[in-house]
Order: sequence, then C-alpha cells, then structure tokens
Amino acid sequence: MAISLSINGVSHSLDIEPETPLLWVLRDEIGLTGTKYGCGISSCGACMVHVDGQPAKACQTAVSAVAGKQVTTIEGLSKDSNHPVQKAWREVGVPQCGYCQSGQIMSAAALLQKTPKPTDSQIDAAMAGNICRCGTYQRIKAGIRRAAQISGA
Amino acid sequence: MTDLNLSRRFFVQSSIGAAGGLLLGFHVPQAQAAKTESRPWTTPTKGVEVNAWLSLDPDGTVTIRVPHTEMGQGGMTSVALMIAEELDVEWSKVQAVFADPNRHLRNDKEYKVMSTHGSQLVWLQHPHIMQAGASARERLKEAAALAWGVPRAQVVAKQGVLTSGARRAAYAEFAAAAANVKLTEEPAIKQAKDWWLLGTDVLRLDIPHKVNGSAQYAIDTRLPGMVYAAVKASPVPWGKLKSFNADAIKNRPGVIGAFELRAVAGKRGQPDLQDAVAVVATSWYRAKTALDLLPVEWDFGEAASVNNASLSAHAKKVLGETGLMTKEDPKALEAIAASKKVVTADYERPFEAHLRMEPINATVHVQDDRVDVWSPTQDQSAAILLVADQLGVDPKNVYAHTMFLGGGFGGNGAGGTGVTRQAAELSKRLKRPVKVLWSREEDIAQDKQRPMAAARMTASLGANGLPEAINTRALWYSIDKMNQIGPATADYGIRNMPYNIALRHHERHNVETHVPSSTHRGPGANQTGFITEVFADEMALAGGWNPLDWRIEMTKGKDDWQRVLKTLKEKAGYRTDLKKGEGMGVAVVECHGTIAAACATVSVSRGGQLTVEKIVIVADCGHVINPRGAVEQIEGAVVYELSHAWLGGLEMRGGRFVNTNFDSYNILRIDQTPEVEAHFALTGGKKWGGMGEPAGPPVPPAVANAIFAATGKRIRSTPFRLHDLSWA
Ligand code: FES
Ligand code: FES
Repeated sequence: MAISLSINGVSHSLDIEPETPLLWVLRDEIGLTGTKYGCGISSCGACMVHVDGQPAKACQTAVSAVAGKQVTTIEGLSKDSNHPVQKAWREVGVPQCGYCQSGQIMSAAALLQKTPKPTDSQIDAAMAGNICRCGTYQRIKAGIRRAAQISGA
Repeated sequence: MTDLNLSRRFFVQSSIGAAGGLLLGFHVPQAQAAKTESRPWTTPTKGVEVNAWLSLDPDGTVTIRVPHTEMGQGGMTSVALMIAEELDVEWSKVQAVFADPNRHLRNDKEYKVMSTHGSQLVWLQHPHIMQAGASARERLKEAAALAWGVPRAQVVAKQGVLTSGARRAAYAEFAAAAANVKLTEEPAIKQAKDWWLLGTDVLRLDIPHKVNGSAQYAIDTRLPGMVYAAVKASPVPWGKLKSFNADAIKNRPGVIGAFELRAVAGKRGQPDLQDAVAVVATSWYRAKTALDLLPVEWDFGEAASVNNASLSAHAKKVLGETGLMTKEDPKALEAIAASKKVVTADYERPFEAHLRMEPINATVHVQDDRVDVWSPTQDQSAAILLVADQLGVDPKNVYAHTMFLGGGFGGNGAGGTGVTRQAAELSKRLKRPVKVLWSREEDIAQDKQRPMAAARMTASLGANGLPEAINTRALWYSIDKMNQIGPATADYGIRNMPYNIALRHHERHNVETHVPSSTHRGPGANQTGFITEVFADEMALAGGWNPLDWRIEMTKGKDDWQRVLKTLKEKAGYRTDLKKGEGMGVAVVECHGTIAAACATVSVSRGGQLTVEKIVIVADCGHVINPRGAVEQIEGAVVYELSHAWLGGLEMRGGRFVNTNFDSYNILRIDQTPEVEAHFALTGGKKWGGMGEPAGPPVPPAVANAIFAATGKRIRSTPFRLHDLSWA
C-alpha cells in the first residue's frame, strides 16, 4: 500500500508496511539520517521530530499515522542552519559527540515555540526525555536560554 | 610553577549554573574559525603535500589530516590546533580532514598512533603531532632560504607567509620544494610561553555539522545495493547456538535470510566473534522485527548460574584470601596487627556498560579487489587488520573510512568489537554491502563491560589520628585477568595513593569471568578512585580530621597535589557544618597524567531522595591547549561518572544482564544533573596530562562522602540508588 508523506515540505510516496516506525522510513528509505536511533522504546529522544509542529518520537510513530501530516526533521528545521536554537548551540558549543543533538535541538525548538521564555523547571520538564551520554546538559540549558534571547531580540 | 602567566590565565572559571549565563573567558567569532566537512574523510585534499599531516594550497587553504577519531572529545580540533600552532598559519585558513587509515598502515604507521584512547591525544601524542607542524615550517623556511640565497635563520615564517628582508612569499609557493628538503636536525617543538594559538578558546570544528543533522556517523552509512542485518548473540556470553528455525521468518517482508555466526575456539578477546544469528533484510526494521520472531535455542552452559548475589559472595570470600603481592611490606601488616586504632572496610563496584549513544554497528563491502569498512571504532587501523584477518585478505586492500563517532568511552577500541567481523563475514557471504546494527538491547548485552571491582582496605592510625600503615587487597572480575586494560593500570590508583603513609602493603586478585570486559572511560581509576577516596574519608574522620585538611596534610611535599587541593579549598567553599540532610564531600584522584579533585554538594530528603546540587572540579593537566574544550570534557566526565555511580550498576541474573535498555539501565537526565564548575591549577613546564577521563573518577567518592556528611550513612558500593538514604 502506498503511503504519501510530507517531509520537510517535500512529498514522498512509499510502498511500505504501514506499521513501520517513521524513524526507519526517514533513515533507511528516504535517507534523512540526521534523525537518530538510540533506544527504539521511547526512552532517549534521539529520534525526535516535529509532526504538524508538535514534538514526536519517530521510533514510536507508525508511518501510516503521519500520512497527510507535515513532518519536520533536523534537516528541515531551518534552511540555512540558523534557527535560533542552532545558532545558540554553536555559540555555546553544546554538542560533544553530537549523536543525541538532533533530538535535543528538535525538543528545544518545540519548547521555545510553545514557551518563548522558559523557566529552568520548564526546560527540565521539556528536555527530560532526551538523553545525552556525553553529558552536555549544562550547555543544553545555557543553549536554550541563549536561543530564547536570540528569538526575543 | 613555570608559565606563571598561563597559569593565571588558565584559572578560567566556567559556570553555567542555574542562575548565571555562560561565563567562558574567551570568544572566537564564527567567521574566524577553521573548517571541516560533515564527511571529512571524503574531502579532497587541496594543494601540495608537505608531509603526511598537511598540504598547502595557493589559495591559502591549509589542509590538516587528522589520524584520530572525533567522538566528542575534540580530538579533530586538538590535532589541527597543534599543527597550526607550529606551522604558524591563520586558523581561519585551516581545513581539517581525517587521515587515510590504509595509508597509515601501508606506510608503516606513518602517523605513529591512530588509536584514540586513554586521554592520550594531547597528553602523550602532542610531541609527534607538534613536531610534524614544526618540521613542515622549518622545511618551508629552508626551501625559501635556498631560493633566496640567505641562511634559514634569516627567514621568518608567520601566518602563512615567508619573509626575509624585502622578499615575501606565501607558504604554498614553497610547498613542493619543502616536501623534498632534508633537515640536518629536526626542530624542537615550541614551549608554552611562545604559543600564539594554543591556550586560546576555540570552537570545535565539528560543532557546525552537529546542529543540522549533517555530521555523518558510521550508522548513517548508505551504499547502493546495501542490505541490513540485525543480530543476536547468546544473551549469556559465550553460550552456544544450538539451532534456529529460519522457516518461521522466511515469508516476512524483505527478509533475505538468516545466517549463523560462530565463535572461534580459544578466541575470547574484545573483537572476537561469539555464536550469533543474523537476519538480513532490505531494511533494518524488517531485519530486526524478523529476528525478534525467530525461534532460537541456546546452550548457556555453566555461566547460567552466575548472578549478582553469587558474585558478591565470591568477592567476600576472595577478599579474605592472600592475593598477588604488588608491594610486599610485612612491617605494615605487623603495625596494623599491633595497633589499637584500626580502620577497615570493604568496597565494591559493579559491571557497567558503555552505552555509547550510537549503538554499535559496522558496514562492510567486500569486493574482489578491495574491501571497504565503515566502523565507529576508536582505532581505524585496527578495523582494517580485524577485517583482513576475518576475511583472510591483505590489509593493503582494506580501506577504513573514519566517521564521526557517537561516543566512544573506551568501548570502541580494537577495530570496533566483534560487530566488524560480523559485517565482514556477512558481506563476504552475500557479496554485497551489509550494515550490521546492534539494537540497543544487543548493544548492552554484548558490550565489553567495565570490570567489576572490589577491595578490602585496612589502615592503622597513629597518635595524631593520621594513618601509619595501610594494607590493601583489590579484586577484579574480567574475562582476561585484566590483560587488555593492564593489571598494573587497574590498581595503579591504589598502589599510588598520594598520601604519605609510611608503611604500605598492596595485594591484587584477578578473577576470570565469562563477562567480556574492556577499557571504559577511566579504566581502573574509576573503581580505585572510589575505593581509595571513600576510604580516605573514613580514615580522616576516624582520626578526628577535617577530610579536606587531612588530604592537604597527607600530601605534604607533593607540590602538584597540594596546588590542586588548596585551589579546591579556595574555590569550593567546602564546609562540614551544614544542617542535617545537606552535605559536602571531597575527593582527589590522579589518572592519565592529570590530578583532579572534586567537591560535591548534595541534599538528601528525610525519605532518602538524593539531589546532587553542585560539583566543583579542580584539575592539573599541566597545560591546556583549548580551555573551552577542556571544560567541556570536565562537564561531560562528571555527568558520565555520576550516572554510573548513582543510577547505573548492571545486574546479572542467570548469567546475563537484566538491564536491557534506557528504561532499565539509566543515566543522568537534565533534571538530575548538577551544576558543574571547572577550574585549572596548572603545573605547566614539562607536565602534560589528559582531560577526557580524569575529571570523572573523583566524582563518585566525593558524592558518597557528601552523602555521609548529610546523613551519616557510609556508602561503600555503587549504585547509590540501591542504598537506603533515609534519615531521621
Ligand atoms: S530512539 Fe526513539 S526515543 Fe530513543
Ligand atoms: S553529545 Fe554525545 S550523546 Fe549528546
């Protein structure tokens, strides 16, 4: 059965088992490898994308469930890598190995969309689903505060 | 203290606390930064090669080839910085690419060291890396001197330009000539006082690619005609594969086949194969879901009776037996036997998995005339040798492609573990490129774990309350009697406790287990750091001493230890008079050439809920080449070790680990992470140390000591989550 998808504004039509998680469709079928596999069980946030502007874990989202919806991945967050979160991430130097960072950035962008000036506990609540094994949490917090400033400026 | 200016400048404080902003001392505008690509192994080198490490292009671009891997530790940037420093070129003109591992092997280890481990890149490898830059610079000067008819001493090389009097030329003009220059004597590398680039804050080169999904990791490899494999090895390590029923999955979508992989008798090393079954399909999801449905039978053997309780009981028994003497001193034993004031305690730390964020994987493409490998390994040249060995081909025809690593932490050495052999074997059989990806569950179950450790520590105290004699017995559980880590590395921290204790007797036991084990961020130092530094607290308090003053007293005459501890005292505001439920603890550990001290502040609710509020680290790694990078490594190492000590601890039942994924094997999350503050107290001069690992080991004991200060509960094993911390 062909499924029609809109990823980063581009339409795709795929013949694939409808229960396939969006994560593997993005990575293995379409070749958007910025979205990462970390756990496959909703525990790490490495696979975070936006579906119609809302944060969603791609490992828990069946591809059939996003038919007709707008999916945004890290590759489509901005045209020129200059989303305020991306700018702030470079300035603060957040990533270490970088593997978790697509997910961190997508979660942070979704947070700031809803809550432009988050408090520390709002940051904690919004980001607790994203694991960073390299331990960049302190810089993630600083990055979100900086992104809020950049957006507000 | 040499390099006074540097040292003062390097008291850089970084604190991104809850309230404050980012307080880094320096700022490098983006536009001035050097560059790399999201696929830095594919970037064509521009210009003319002066030596294996660098080429120069007439447009001013300086391409630096980095033999090491970049796994978040900043290695790519560090290598480029060290060479640019010596070469004297504008940082904005530098482009970093990964060196070719095949060339490295073909030309008899042309880059000397390709493996990236043990925090060694700056610590131990700076001499030959800086030398490559210095040598190129002097050759360029010599080539210009010959052309201009002046002595080399009259040629100045600065920021990419050679000058002598009125003569002037870009480096690139003399690149070809310089490549052929033979110097009668190689130049010495620069002293820190002459640095113009090292020691300034530089944004890591890989960061721009890590904010937009473009950085390519081994797991992202995609090749025409590639198929995907999901594998399952015996959940009890070294179990035998009895049978599997491939018919059960043959009609699953996209399934190409199920294949058996076999261990080789007598081969139980880190990169060796275990019995396993692999399902290959047209996508990884199809392979994995089919594998989950595949009926498999195993023979687990005797190891199936091992569990945590039996391991602990075994440890208790062995700690009562005399071990191998690593320093024999009967006088120490006599002094303890005769003493009226003896402190003794047993400690234990469990197996821990690396949990690299990028699950273990490898892609191999076997063709008639060449083999290509994409592996998230910390040693690309070892990946070549591993694949060549597996396939029985000449390593000269094997090409490894250095990708960014989604974490390493010591677990991806030796060519990338057995997964690389699995991929080679499957590609050979299927005659097409195969990507093997271990699920997170497989990644934990088949990881080479941090060895379990235990120790019995005994000391006698003198009239002033300070220890006079000490007797230590350490115990390690590993698959190879700590061969891969090095038995002496393992208990270095115990045998070399910095404290001036007159009489010392040290013993070690190595017990073989079925659990594969390997190096792991701070191998040895993490286990021994916890053991020695909790025990130090116990000795200090038993003798009536303030634990921080005790450490300063006990390291008298050792300048570097004193400097670190006194700086900690100055910066951390350590107090012993906090109200019940709040506490501070300190610890100091040396590893990888660096001394690092930690001060932890915790609070514990009456119900026993632990909050780690803040960790202050003071480190002496001799020199800091990129303060910003060093601070990042400190922040990361703190979170890494606190994760294991607080939330970690693999639990074995029936010979296998019951922790399978991030739901049952936790690491710190953002809401549990303390504020981390970093300071440097640098010795400078000839002293160099690593920074990827050393900030971790003092953290667990500092927190355990803080918990004691807060609650009166002495923690002698990890993880803390298993201890009842409630108080009345
Ligand atoms: S991979 Fe989806 S939450 Fe971990
Ligand atoms: S940067 Fe490595 S896991 Fe987050």
